[in-house]
Amino acid sequence: MKKLIVLIIILSCGLIFAEYPDGNTILQKIDDNMYSKQVVSTMQMIVYGNRVNKTMKLKSWSEGEERSFSEYLFPPKDAGTKMLKLGDDLWIFEPEADRTIQISGHMLRQSMMGSDLSYEDMMEETELLKLYDANVIGEEEFNESDCWILELTAKINDVAYQTRKIWVDKEKYLALKEERFGKSGTLLKTTEIKEVFKVDGRWYPKRIIIKDALKEGKGTEIIFDEIKFDVKIPAIKFSKASLRK
Amino acid sequence: MFKFIIKGLLKDRSRSLFPILTISAGVMLTVLMYSWLNGFATMTIRENARFSTGHIKIMTRAYEKMAEQRPLDLALLGTDEIVKNVREKYPEITWLPRIYFGGLLDLPDENGETKSQGEIMGMAVDLLSNNKEKDLLNLEKAVIQGRLPGKQGEILISQEVADKMGIKLQDDVTVITSTMFGSLSMYNFNVCGTITFGVSAMDRGAVIIDLSDARYMLDMENGASEILGIMPKYDEEKTYKISVEFNSEFTDESDQYSSIMKPLREQNNLDFLISSMDERLGTMIFIFVFIMSLVLWNAGLMNGIRRYGEVGVRLAIGESKGHIYRMMIFESLMIGVAGTIIGTAIGLIFSYILQYTGIDISNLMKDAKVLMSTKMQAQVNSTSYVIGLLPGILSSVLGAVISGIGIYKRNTAQLFKELET
Repeated sequence: MKKLIVLIIILSCGLIFAEYPDGNTILQKIDDNMYSKQVVSTMQMIVYGNRVNKTMKLKSWSEGEERSFSEYLFPPKDAGTKMLKLGDDLWIFEPEADRTIQISGHMLRQSMMGSDLSYEDMMEETELLKLYDANVIGEEEFNESDCWILELTAKINDVAYQTRKIWVDKEKYLALKEERFGKSGTLLKTTEIKEVFKVDGRWYPKRIIIKDALKEGKGTEIIFDEIKFDVKIPAIKFSKASLRK
Repeated sequence: MFKFIIKGLLKDRSRSLFPILTISAGVMLTVLMYSWLNGFATMTIRENARFSTGHIKIMTRAYEKMAEQRPLDLALLGTDEIVKNVREKYPEITWLPRIYFGGLLDLPDENGETKSQGEIMGMAVDLLSNNKEKDLLNLEKAVIQGRLPGKQGEILISQEVADKMGIKLQDDVTVITSTMFGSLSMYNFNVCGTITFGVSAMDRGAVIIDLSDARYMLDMENGASEILGIMPKYDEEKTYKISVEFNSEFTDESDQYSSIMKPLREQNNLDFLISSMDERLGTMIFIFVFIMSLVLWNAGLMNGIRRYGEVGVRLAIGESKGHIYRMMIFESLMIGVAGTIIGTAIGLIFSYILQYTGIDISNLMKDAKVLMSTKMQAQVNSTSYVIGLLPGILSSVLGAVISGIGIYKRNTAQLFKELET
C-alpha cells in the first residue's frame, strides 16, 4: 500500500513537472514542413452535399504568400474558371461569361465553388507563425499518431479565425486535426488529415476533410494528386492577362 | 295606409329628406368601405398568388420551413415528374415551376470591366414554351420599353434598375450569383426589355429570365424553387382539400427533400392577414351601425319633439298610442329602405369607379417590402349590394323604436291643455 502511494506521488510529480515544448517552436516546424516558395499542385475537391456530391479538379501555382493562380479543369461546366490572388486582391475569370470580377469585402466569406472553403481561406497566409501565437495545452493520440495539442491565438485583428486548436503530429509536424473559431468563440470550421504522403523529404497531406461547422453536409474532401515544390513559375502566370489565356 | 304614409312623407320634406340623406350617406360609406376593404383583401390574395404563393404551392419540406429566404440549395429536383403527376391528377389547375434567386447585375464597360453593379431579385419562369406565365404576371402590360424574352439568353429588368444602373435596351449584362450548390456563377444576358410591376418590392430590383436559362446558370437541371398551382377561380376550401390529398401521398416525414403542398392561406402569414381583415370589417360595420343608430335615434328624437303637437292632436282625436307608434316605425322603415337604396346605389357607383380606376399609392409604398400593388382598387361583389341593408334599415327603425317610446308617456288628460298653449 505504501509503495503504491509513493508510486502515485512520484507519477503525480512527474505530471506536474512535465514540460511541454514551446508552442511557437512547433508552429515554426509546421511552417518549415508545409511552406515552400514555389508550389505547383493538382488536386481534386469533392464537395459532399446533402443531396448530391460534386467533384472538381484544379491545378494551382503559388509563389510565396502573395501570389497564386488556380485553374479548374473539371467538371466541364467549371472548366476554364480561373482565380488569381495578388496580395489582398482576388479575381475570378468565368470563361462562359468571358468576364473577370474582383472578389472583395463580404464576398470573400462566400463559399468557394460551393465547397466548405471560403475565398478568405484561400487568401489566408499559409505561414501560421506570422499570424498566431501558440501554446501547447496538452498531448493526445489522434488517428494512431502522438500529437501535441496547440492553442493558437491571433496576433492581429484582421484574421479569418481568431483562435485555433490544432493536433500536431509529434514526428511529421502536420496539423492532423484542427478546429477554427471566430471572435465570439463559435466553432466555424474543422479540418482532418486522413492520409499523408512524403514529397521531397516533406510530409504533406494527401487527403483532407474540411467541414464548415455552420453548414449542413458532410464537408469537402481535398485530395492532392500531385505536388511539386520549388518549381520555377513564369512571372506572367501571376498576371491578369493569364486569366483570359 | 302605405299610400297615406308615402303621401305624408312626400308632402312633409322635413320628415323624410334629412333622415333619408343621413341614411344614404351612412349606407354609401358602408358600401364603399366594404368594397374597399374587400378590394384590399382580393388584391392581397391576387398579388400574392401571382408573385409568390400561387393558390397552392409545392416545395420541399426543408424549403417550406425557410420559404421566406427562398433557399436554392433546398429547391425541388425532378420537377418535371412532379408537374406531370399533378397535371394528371388536377388538370383544371395550371402548374408553374419557378426559380427565385438573388445576386448582382453587372454592367460591363467596353473593356469588360464593371461599369455599374446593383443587387437584383431574380425570378425565372417559363416564358418560351407557353403564355401562361406571361398572362399571369401581366408581363405584356408590364413592359415599358422593348419586348419580352423570345429566346434563351435574354433578360427583362425593372425600369428602376435600368435607370439606376444606366442600362439601355440591347445592353449585355452579367448576372453574378451562386448556384444551387453554392458555386459562384456568372452568366451573360442581353437586355430585351424593361418592366414595371406596380409592386414596390419587385420594382426595386426584379429581373425576369426564362426557366431554362436559370436552370443552367444555377446548376439546377430539372429543378425549381417552387411549383405554383393557379386555379381558374380561387376556391379556398379546394386548396385545403387538394393539399391534404397531395401531402398524404407525397410527403415523407423522414425525408426533408420530399414534396409538400401548402394552400395560399398557410403561406406568407396570409391566414392572419385575411382573418384580421375579416375581423376588422365586422368591427367597422358594427361600429358604424352603432354610430348610425345614435345619429338616427337623435334624429328620431328631434323628429319626435318637432312632431310633438301632431302626435298630441292624433292622440286627442282618438288614435291609439300603439297605432301611432307602429305608424312611426313603419315610416322609419320606409325612410330606411329609401335611404338604403339610394346609399347603396351611390356607394356602388363610387366602388365601381374605384374598382376600375384605383388610387395610386406608390408614394406610400416606396419603402414597403410587402408584395402589394401600388394601385389600391375596390372590389364589388354580391355582398356589396346587401351590406348596407342592415345598418341602413336597422339604424333607422331602431331610432324610431327608441324615440317613439315617448308616445306612451303622454297623458291623455293633458293633451287639450297642451293644444291650448
